[in-house]
Amino acid sequence: MTATRHTISVLVNNQPGVLQRVSGLFGRRGFNIESITVGASEEPGLSRMIIVTTGDDRTIEQVEKQLYKLIDVIKVVNLSTRPMVARELALIQVQAEPSMRPEILGIVDTFRAAVVDISPTSLIVQVVGDSSKIDAMAELLKPYGILEFSRTGVTAMIRGFAK
Amino acid sequence: MCAQLEATLSNELLRQKLLRPDVITGSEILLRSLLLEGVDCVFGYPGGAVLYIYDAMHGNPDFKHLLTRHEQGAIHAADGYARSTGKVGVCIATSGPGATNLVTGIATAYMDSVPLVVITGNVATSAIGTDAFQEADITGITMPITKHSYLVRKVEDLPRIIREAFHIANTGRKGPVLIDIPKDVSAQKTTFYYPETVNIRGYNPTVHPNKLQIDKLLAAIEQSERPVIIAGGGVVYSDAAAELLEFVNKTQIPVTTTLLGLSGFPSGHELWMGMPGMHGTYASNYAIQNADLLISIGSRFDDRVTMRLDGFAPKAKLIAHIDIDPAEIGKNVKTDIPIVSDIKAALQAANAKAKPAKSAAWIAEIAEKKKNFPLKYADSDTELKPQFVIEMISETTNGEAIVTTDVGQHQMWVAQFYKFKNPRSLISSGGLGTMGFGFPSAIGAQIGNPDKLVVSINGDGGMQMCAQELAICAINNIPVKVVIINNQVLGMVRQWQEIIYDNRYSHIDLAGSPDFVKLAEAYGVKGLRATNKEEARKAWAEALETPGPVVIDFVVSKEENVYPMVTQGNTLSEMLLGDAE
Repeated sequence: MTATRHTISVLVNNQPGVLQRVSGLFGRRGFNIESITVGASEEPGLSRMIIVTTGDDRTIEQVEKQLYKLIDVIKVVNLSTRPMVARELALIQVQAEPSMRPEILGIVDTFRAAVVDISPTSLIVQVVGDSSKIDAMAELLKPYGILEFSRTGVTAMIRGFAK
Repeated sequence: MCAQLEATLSNELLRQKLLRPDVITGSEILLRSLLLEGVDCVFGYPGGAVLYIYDAMHGNPDFKHLLTRHEQGAIHAADGYARSTGKVGVCIATSGPGATNLVTGIATAYMDSVPLVVITGNVATSAIGTDAFQEADITGITMPITKHSYLVRKVEDLPRIIREAFHIANTGRKGPVLIDIPKDVSAQKTTFYYPETVNIRGYNPTVHPNKLQIDKLLAAIEQSERPVIIAGGGVVYSDAAAELLEFVNKTQIPVTTTLLGLSGFPSGHELWMGMPGMHGTYASNYAIQNADLLISIGSRFDDRVTMRLDGFAPKAKLIAHIDIDPAEIGKNVKTDIPIVSDIKAALQAANAKAKPAKSAAWIAEIAEKKKNFPLKYADSDTELKPQFVIEMISETTNGEAIVTTDVGQHQMWVAQFYKFKNPRSLISSGGLGTMGFGFPSAIGAQIGNPDKLVVSINGDGGMQMCAQELAICAINNIPVKVVIINNQVLGMVRQWQEIIYDNRYSHIDLAGSPDFVKLAEAYGVKGLRATNKEEARKAWAEALETPGPVVIDFVVSKEENVYPMVTQGNTLSEMLLGDAE
């Protein structure tokens, strides 16, 4: 069986230690975490985690079943089984002497990204999109010198028509 | 009848008293809640962070607490109590080292799905995270080995948390639940209210089987010619021994019982093959390797059962798996007929319509294997053989004692040579393989079963890991018969070093062990020794006639190995049968 990437949505009780329970489970069972995001959900008291993981079908089945065994886990949905929207935000601080700015702004425009901070020698670019778009943006900015790169990890949901 | 009525009345009176909405401390809330959950004995050890809790016990005539000599003894005793009664076992320890001393016991219970509520004290909420004296993050430390855990932050939450903990521990796939109570929470007061119901949104175990899957299983059975059942601890834990017996009789399928499944099926039954796996019987392993239909009932295809997975049950056309834990199904072995259910409920559903397999020729074939390849050992008139001691204990107790074991060779010999008749009568650390478990677990089993004979069978190695609990047997007159199969070495390690490591014996010699008879006497417990068959019979008879606790030191031969044996990396078809031919 081949390993594929899966985006899993986990609705959890917003309890102290819940992130440790989930991440600890992945660690000790040898499941991989590519990214994990946590935040409020539509219901007070519950948080939603979006975990991007890779594994073969059997591993992913175990991931879902083992997650369900945690008492603080309410619902597990493998978003990758249906059409979904997945987005990530990245902040990229890029070296930018005034002479280089127009060229960089051209890339920013093309990606429908935004400049959120300017200093005499650098810019902070904010880009939102799926992971491959962020990878591409980073690749294009690399020649100018990336000073700092920070991405949020993926958040995602199933499309309205697919529900 | 009158006494029974009186007992019911006094229980009801106590219940009403306990439920009164008084303003009481967290410690009193804890004790009342435990009593309301039906806890009749708590095993524990006091310390700084639980002083309020122990203060509340002082002069409380309704609450029974047994002081062990080590926290590990307390939790293994709670474990033995739980396994032998089916009720939740409870233990208490203080913060820091008290709590960390429970870790082995928690992991033991977690691996074998034993319902425990483990209560630890912690430093005051204001001191948590400051590296205070005797502070340890016990909820963090035990997260991977508990079914769930709570750090109580407000005294108002305590009754609900205790109620939930008992519910979680003893439903679904059972397991240990930890409640960590900071010292200030145990001192704060609030109005007591004990919730009647439990509502945990993320927890709703599937207990009833899918009917279509049951039909699929029954159809597969009717078609099968070489079916085999592997029955595990789930049968015992869901009190389904009677249902399993009915199922086997109706379907005519040979049964093998795993270590934790032993006692879940009567040893004398003609379709019983003994234990499977690494030290399983020839017939069991032969049957698994030649089965066309394999049905696992409350067993999780543990590596000591399956051995090399890619050569496990190679002829099985279908594998069915009944388990309360959906995550076990398909985890190790690809399953064709998955049934998520309580074992008792699944077997009841199946028994309503079960028809026999076409297994007559298969049963005859297995009977021949059982006859030609029985468990055996080279008996001796000069040396005392460990297998002989186990057989003698089995015969003289008629297979009806509650037997606890430690871990190692003696554990496997008990599994092979003690002929268990009643469910919940074998108490053994299967999954974790915890040395030091055998003796303290017997204390808990005896507390839970005051009228039954409890025999604790240990090696001389494991006995020295928790021997200090002899004190509580002596002062409380807990009449456990403590058997030591004393071969003066770490026998199972010696066996592996002989067979796999080419006789390179490394650190297995237990020279310097105490004289166990004198050790027992030092605690005020009767001690006996036997070095040959005649002495063994005599000492054992004397032990059985002694009303209180007894330690019997059976000095046995050093070089004995457990056979059959499948060494690691081999399949069940590659059994070493030993030299007893």
